[in-house]
Amino acid sequence: MIKRLTQWIDDRLGASSFAKQALNKVFPDHWSFLLGELALYCFLILVLTGVFLSFFFDPSVSESVYRGEYEPLNGVHVSNAYKSVLDLSFEVRAGLVMRQMHHWAALIFIAAMFVHMLRIFFTGAFRRPREINWLIGLTLLILGLLNGFSGYSLPDDLLSGTGLRIAYSVVLSIPVIGTWMAFLVFGGEFPAEQIIERLFVVHIFIVPVAIAGLMTAHLAIVWRQKHTQFPGPGRTEGNVVGEKLWPTYMTKSMALFFGVSAVVAILGGLVQINPVWLYGPFRAEQIPSPAQPDWYLGWLEGALRLFPPWEIRAFGFELPNPFYPAILLPGITFNLLYLWPFLEAKLTGDREPHHLLERARDHPVRTALGIAGLAFYLVLFAAASNDLLSKWLKIPVESITNAYRVLLLVFPPVAGLITYRLMDALRRTGAEGLMHLPLSALTRRTQE
Amino acid sequence: MENQGERSIRWIATAFGVSIVASLGLAVVYLLGGQPQAEGALLGAALGGISVGLVLWAKHLMPGGPEVQEREIRPEVAEAQAEVEETLQAGAEPIERRTFLAKMLGAAFAAFGIALLFPIRSLGGAPGRALFRTAWRPGSRVVRADGSPVRPEELAVDGILTVFPETHTEAADSQTLLIHLPEDVQPPGPPGWVPEGFVAFSKICTHAGCPVGLYEAESKKLFCPCHQSVFDVVDGAKPTEGPATRPLPQLPLSIDDSGFLVAQGDFEEPVGPGFWNRGRDD
Repeated sequence: MIKRLTQWIDDRLGASSFAKQALNKVFPDHWSFLLGELALYCFLILVLTGVFLSFFFDPSVSESVYRGEYEPLNGVHVSNAYKSVLDLSFEVRAGLVMRQMHHWAALIFIAAMFVHMLRIFFTGAFRRPREINWLIGLTLLILGLLNGFSGYSLPDDLLSGTGLRIAYSVVLSIPVIGTWMAFLVFGGEFPAEQIIERLFVVHIFIVPVAIAGLMTAHLAIVWRQKHTQFPGPGRTEGNVVGEKLWPTYMTKSMALFFGVSAVVAILGGLVQINPVWLYGPFRAEQIPSPAQPDWYLGWLEGALRLFPPWEIRAFGFELPNPFYPAILLPGITFNLLYLWPFLEAKLTGDREPHHLLERARDHPVRTALGIAGLAFYLVLFAAASNDLLSKWLKIPVESITNAYRVLLLVFPPVAGLITYRLMDALRRTGAEGLMHLPLSALTRRTQE
Repeated sequence: MENQGERSIRWIATAFGVSIVASLGLAVVYLLGGQPQAEGALLGAALGGISVGLVLWAKHLMPGGPEVQEREIRPEVAEAQAEVEETLQAGAEPIERRTFLAKMLGAAFAAFGIALLFPIRSLGGAPGRALFRTAWRPGSRVVRADGSPVRPEELAVDGILTVFPETHTEAADSQTLLIHLPEDVQPPGPPGWVPEGFVAFSKICTHAGCPVGLYEAESKKLFCPCHQSVFDVVDGAKPTEGPATRPLPQLPLSIDDSGFLVAQGDFEEPVGPGFWNRGRDD
């Protein structure tokens, strides 16, 4: 059977030499190398569950009176988009599980991409010759954020409608072209009727196609360049040590797909997510409180909350307040990330090709900067729930906001400095890990 | 060794068996009308069984490695690159020789690119004055979201109501907060705007446009739940905390001959979040 199939294909495509090479291809084995695969498989789950959802979702915002399974909203005016999500959740068999799986998979998808990026960063895997894949990967992360937000906004519920309203105000804040952009993107002054239908096209067609295309390129480049590996006995810049694609690596990879699918299925069935029927349909004059976005936009939400009441006005023109935290900050963030491989090469003068990874300690400055950056975004992320913290601790929200503002300025440099000292000590002593580090290594200054 | 292999086989078979049973269970649950928690758990078991089986199989019964493969260090690189360069240059030569044509082609592309921008214009109307105006007009009756007009006696002292201009309850930019201040409070704004202690402010936050939904009658302050801006009603709804930089615009009110609350006109400045030319209403 295998023989006949191989012959049939090779007769027509002449693919045997490639297939032989492919099946024997060696992949290095380390748990952290699976993070990218994890993202890939989440995307696959998103496509599968998303296709199912798209058969039932109606992106129109024309209103009708809800008459359905969910009693508390009976007789309420709702948009068709909202109604179709309710019907999908309560009346379509397996619909709720599919919807919740889709949402959970989206959260894990972005988390996997993010942690994957951290792994690449802290091990120096972005260095020559892998700069192109760093750029593609970062673009994938941004597209993931975009598709997360566009999908989150589709049900036309009160919570996501509030998110859209903030997004509109943020677009509006862009200098010179902001008003035009907001009107073109949203179809008019908020809440224009076209936005849900547009987001639907963006969410199920434009961005997913872009993601699929870039992921293919991402993988093709990994294939072409061969995976990096950690240094170790027998591992050099000139070889790859690991398992062959066929059968071991492929089997493990399939196991990962089924494993993450199982986790997503269990979450989708047992852990409620985005219960839009509790938020109610979108009404322009209503607002949920408290209101938090999905986790991956927490840093932007936190930045909007922490940025002081400042803005620049002159000659009747202005740069409104949301511009700084929600346009300027992400603009700087992503540009810095895009440029990082080139900046680092310039600063260190290291332009050699690398296939062996670095450990965090091998490059204390990079590790320290990375940790300081992470600390910065972590504070922003935490600040997105300053109202909840205020409620739990019974401290005025203003005090908490001020505390976060101080923390935002203090925590990153402190975290960075501590990291630098630790990494430097690890490098000097050669200790296996932080737990094995002798105390004396921390007190002595570097002598180089 | 034999024993170890057999034990692995038993575990792997069990995992696949669990998956089979879970899949059958899933079909049954579905046929019986479906139940989200059972569906999730069984689907998880079906997928998880396969996953566990595959992992054990790969770990215990497949070649493990380590395998070593050479990474090709490509010596022919420089030569190949030179060839590509040459080919590119050879092909570019006849194009470069016709500088005029090349320039015309460039201009054609540029013109076409500009022409391509125009369909984007169809995506939305021109902003025009839309952001500077709301639906409030002189004499607009103040109505609730259900369209019913408001008489002063219908709103208790310290009460608050979300109101719209009559026949425009769908106008999101016109949403307004009507507040009945007690007599002992000096109401904000020009004296002619606040009949019988009734004040009205735009409900749209001047920071990021959320409805300023919470009112604390005791402190006479409005809170925006989105980013925690606080507005002091008595002080003309000026922001006292949070990221907002401007007060909520005030709506001039009066009471008409039939005893209903009406607006004397539109807000005097744009409502809602800031934008580039907000200060230039001309």
